[in-house]
Amino acid sequence: MGHHSYEKSKSIVLRVIIILGLITIIEVLIALLGKGHLIEGFYLPVALTGIVMIALSLTKAYYIVDEFMHMRYEVPAFVKTVLLPTLLLVWAVIAFFYEGNDWQKRRDLIKDKDREKVEKRAKADTSDQIGLLEYNWPDAVNRKN
Amino acid sequence: MADTLVHSQAADSEKLWEGGKSPFKTSYGKIMMWYFLLSDAFTFAGFLIAYGTLRMSMPSWPVPDFVFSTFPGGFHHKPLFFVTLMTFVLLFSSYTMVRAVQEGQRENKNGVVIWMILTILGGIGFLSCQAWEWSTLIGKEHMTVTTNPFGTHTEHGEYLEGDGHDIKAGDIFAPGESYLIHKHDGEWHNLKYKVLEGPDAGAVKELSFGPRAFGALFFFITGFHGFHVFSGVIFLIIIAVNVATGLYVKRRNGYEMVEKIGLYWHFVDLVWVFVFLVFYLI
Repeated sequence: MGHHSYEKSKSIVLRVIIILGLITIIEVLIALLGKGHLIEGFYLPVALTGIVMIALSLTKAYYIVDEFMHMRYEVPAFVKTVLLPTLLLVWAVIAFFYEGNDWQKRRDLIKDKDREKVEKRAKADTSDQIGLLEYNWPDAVNRKN
Repeated sequence: MADTLVHSQAADSEKLWEGGKSPFKTSYGKIMMWYFLLSDAFTFAGFLIAYGTLRMSMPSWPVPDFVFSTFPGGFHHKPLFFVTLMTFVLLFSSYTMVRAVQEGQRENKNGVVIWMILTILGGIGFLSCQAWEWSTLIGKEHMTVTTNPFGTHTEHGEYLEGDGHDIKAGDIFAPGESYLIHKHDGEWHNLKYKVLEGPDAGAVKELSFGPRAFGALFFFITGFHGFHVFSGVIFLIIIAVNVATGLYVKRRNGYEMVEKIGLYWHFVDLVWVFVFLVFYLI
C-alpha cells in the first residue's frame, strides 16, 4: 500500500470484495446446478463442475492474496520466497490423489474377488504347494488344536 | 516507514554487504507473519490432501448439498444456503479488516477501532454459524468423529420400510442418491431394502453407514479452521483495545500491528475458500 491514494485504494478494495462475493454466488449456483437442484432433471458431470469451481476458488485466492494481503505491492524477491514453496503442494496433490485413486481400484478388486465362487481343489493339487499343511507342527501347537 | 530505511540502489551498491538495509522493503514483523502463514498453509494443505486422498479412495462419499441442507428455524432441503451465509459473513469481515488497515495508514484512530469492531463481530458471527452447524450435525443427525450416518446409494433398490421422515416403504432409489440413517432412542434404524439391479439383484440388505472417515475429517478440518478464527478474534480484540488506548499512536508506524493481524485474518478467509470448495461445493 501507499502506492495509491486513500480514495483510490478504498475503491479498489470495494471492487475486490464485490468480485469475491459474485464468484462465491456463481460457485454455489454451479454446485446446485450440477446436482440438479436448479433445473429439474438437469445434471452436470462432477468432473466438469469440479474443474470450474476449483478454477473459481483459485481466482478468489488470487484476489485475497494479491489485494487484501497486499502481495501486489511487495518486492518481487519477497513474493517469490512466499509463493514458490507452495509449488511443492502441486506434487503432493498429484502424488496423493494418484494413490487414493489406486486404493479405490483395490477396494473394487477385492469386492469383485469376494463375489467369485471358488471351486475346491482336488486333493492331489495341494502337493505342489509349499508344504504348510504337512508341516510337522511342534507338539504345543498340536495340543491346542 | 520501511521505505525510509531503504537507500537508493546507486548510493549503496558498494556497501551492499554491510547490513542495516531491508532488501524486502518491509518490516521484520510482517515478513515473519508471512512465513508463519506459509507454514500454516502447509499444515492446512496436509489436512486437505489427506481428505482428498481418502475421499478418492471411497466408492461413494456423502453428497454435500444433502448433508448441509438445514437452515436455522427448522428449515430442511435448503442445500448450501446456510454455509453460503457463513462464507459471506467471513468474506465481509475480510473487507472490514482491509478498511481498518487503510484507516490505520492514515493514522485515523477512531476509524481503525470502528472497522476492527465490525471485523470482530464478523468473526463472532462466523463462529456462531459454525456452532449451529456442528450442533445440528451432532445433536440432530447424530454424526460423530467415528460414526457417519450420511450415505450414498451405490445400487438400484426399493425400500422395504419407511423411516417416518422422507422415506416411505416402496420408494425406489438409484445409485448416487443420498440417505440419512436416523437414530431413535439411542438405536440406529438401518432401513431394509431390496436390490433391484446388478450382481446382487433380489437380495435384501440394510442401509450401511457412510464412509467412516467423513466425520473425523469434517470435524477436525473445519474445527481447526474454526480454532484459527477463534484465536484471530482474540488477537483482534487485544489489538483493538491497544488501538483504542492509543498505544499505536505513540509508535507512529502506521498501525503496523493492525496490518499484521490483518494478514492473519485474510489468511483465515483464504483457507475457508478451500475448505468451502472441498467440503461443501464439490
